[in-house]
Amino acid sequence: MSLILFTEQMLNGLQFGVMLFLMAAGLTLIFGVMGLINLAHGSLYMVGAFAAAWVAGASGSFLLALMASLAAAAAAGALIELTVIRRLYARDHLDQVLATFALILIFSEGTRWAFGSFPLFLDIPPLLSGPVTLPGGIEYPLYRLTIILVGLTVAAALFALIARTRIGIQIRAGESDREMIAALGVNISALYTLVFALGAALAGLAGALIGAIQSVQVGMGEPVLILAFVVIVIGGIGSIKGALVGAILVGLTDTLGRILLPAFFSQFMAPQAANSVGSSLASMAIYILMAVVLVVRPGGLFGKA
Amino acid sequence: MRREPLLNGAVFLGLLALVLWAWAVDEPFTITLATRVAILALAGVGLNLALGLGGLVSLGHAVFFGIGGYAMGILASHAQSYSPLIEWPVLIEGTKSMPVIWLVAMSASGLAALAIGALSLRTSGVYFIMITLAFGQMFYYFAISWPAYGGEDGLSIYVRNGFPGLNTLDPIQFFAICYVILGLALWLFSRLSRSAFGLALGAARQNAERVMAVGIAPYRLRLVAFTLSGVITGLAGALFADLNRFVSPTMFSWQTSGEIMVFVILGGVARLFGPVIGAAVFILLEHMLGGLSEFWHIYLGAVLLGVVLFARGGIIGLIAGREVHHD
Repeated sequence: MSLILFTEQMLNGLQFGVMLFLMAAGLTLIFGVMGLINLAHGSLYMVGAFAAAWVAGASGSFLLALMASLAAAAAAGALIELTVIRRLYARDHLDQVLATFALILIFSEGTRWAFGSFPLFLDIPPLLSGPVTLPGGIEYPLYRLTIILVGLTVAAALFALIARTRIGIQIRAGESDREMIAALGVNISALYTLVFALGAALAGLAGALIGAIQSVQVGMGEPVLILAFVVIVIGGIGSIKGALVGAILVGLTDTLGRILLPAFFSQFMAPQAANSVGSSLASMAIYILMAVVLVVRPGGLFGKA
Repeated sequence: MRREPLLNGAVFLGLLALVLWAWAVDEPFTITLATRVAILALAGVGLNLALGLGGLVSLGHAVFFGIGGYAMGILASHAQSYSPLIEWPVLIEGTKSMPVIWLVAMSASGLAALAIGALSLRTSGVYFIMITLAFGQMFYYFAISWPAYGGEDGLSIYVRNGFPGLNTLDPIQFFAICYVILGLALWLFSRLSRSAFGLALGAARQNAERVMAVGIAPYRLRLVAFTLSGVITGLAGALFADLNRFVSPTMFSWQTSGEIMVFVILGGVARLFGPVIGAAVFILLEHMLGGLSEFWHIYLGAVLLGVVLFARGGIIGLIAGREVHHD
């Protein structure tokens, strides 16, 4: 295994992890503040990707497409919060799972009805296409590098928002005692809608950024959603720092596992058998990682319990 | 509060009457639909044991459904190609006999449920939901990436497996098998829910601290319930694979887990006949709405949302009123 290939895969893992963070941050924020498990978060990711692909197709501008993804996902998030999600805060997790499962059905079939079953394509803008040479002579796609930078910037902005601003203080207060901050005159239901729309916008942004690498199609959100669940279980539910660490851990484990495990088994097995055992194990690697974390720390790495 | 047993009896006999009518007027398609209802209801009865009695919101029951399906697929595919399953250390041949397949399916899914339960039950609440979902995904990707048994394409079985003394290819006889098994599972569920074990399990769902205070370990109760639940769902998976004569990774998908859960909730959580009514309504909706529109999942979603938001207690709750248990 050459060092160049290894570095390249490290960067791919980091890019994957940063995208997972955008999904997981919204989920963990929504769970931390409202105590809600939202299966429809993957649908918001899909909404962002479709909005971006549609606007990019109509206008040709990638920047406009990104803005559209943020706006569409935030609007969809606010809409479902106001109509459905709001009624679920006081319910148990079972009702929340079921209602948001119903929302997935509605979103997925609605999108299929509006855009058809064929995948849409979102092109990488010319400015960001092509490789860039990193120190050490490694050629790496500029777009993926941009994703890493955008993701890290958003992560930093989110940390600043939570730690430094007035809204952030209210969010953290809402996490620890919702009755108290309502009594102190904060409009708690507006705050909840805002947090939900913020989480939705992050998911939509992730969908649009990934949409340019993969195809934009119905059902693209759910695999990412489940990985985001793994991330927040590893990181500890409600912790944004945990989501960041967990996301990068999962991204690296998955990407490197797919390269390293087949190579490892080929040391002492026939190439074909090594490939099939290695790739099967690699597809299970992150779940094994999750199981190990759970055995050692049932509340996750940064969890409270 | 005598309406629920009446409703249960009406539903159970109604399913039988429908099939007998379809048999009389020679409508094999209706019999196959009713067989689907019976098998999916069986999967729901399995989940209801964990979800209803134990309060364990498992979003990963497709694992057991899929393991049951693959147990049938693997054994039958070896039998139809006359190649042994393993030759060393002992020779194990494939089989086309349903009872043997059921036994294997139940043991395999029971073992998986024991392992997954032992890990997942260390946590509770929302963690438990996410972890069971993640384990489901793990099996799904494993089934896709394991090329020996069809990978993404799944496995086809040419002839339905046999049951001694019956012709399983005749729809009514295969329905009879599934119906009897469903009846047995319902009987087991009702016995269990009134046994000491079931009462302790229900108590652990309502207040785990008090149960611990009287010297019962909730973890072990829940693990037993989860394992039993996996066994029943695994059996349903083997039957479902036999009904379609086809297994694919879709049986492991999270949508399958979601649908099994929908059967239970639509009918009514922790109700004896909840999964039966839920599965029947689900198949009916699929059949009717599927004929109306290609995008019938939108309507299904709307119905589901309505049930969750406005009809707590599911369909049985609507018809028979609140539960008699003193929760």
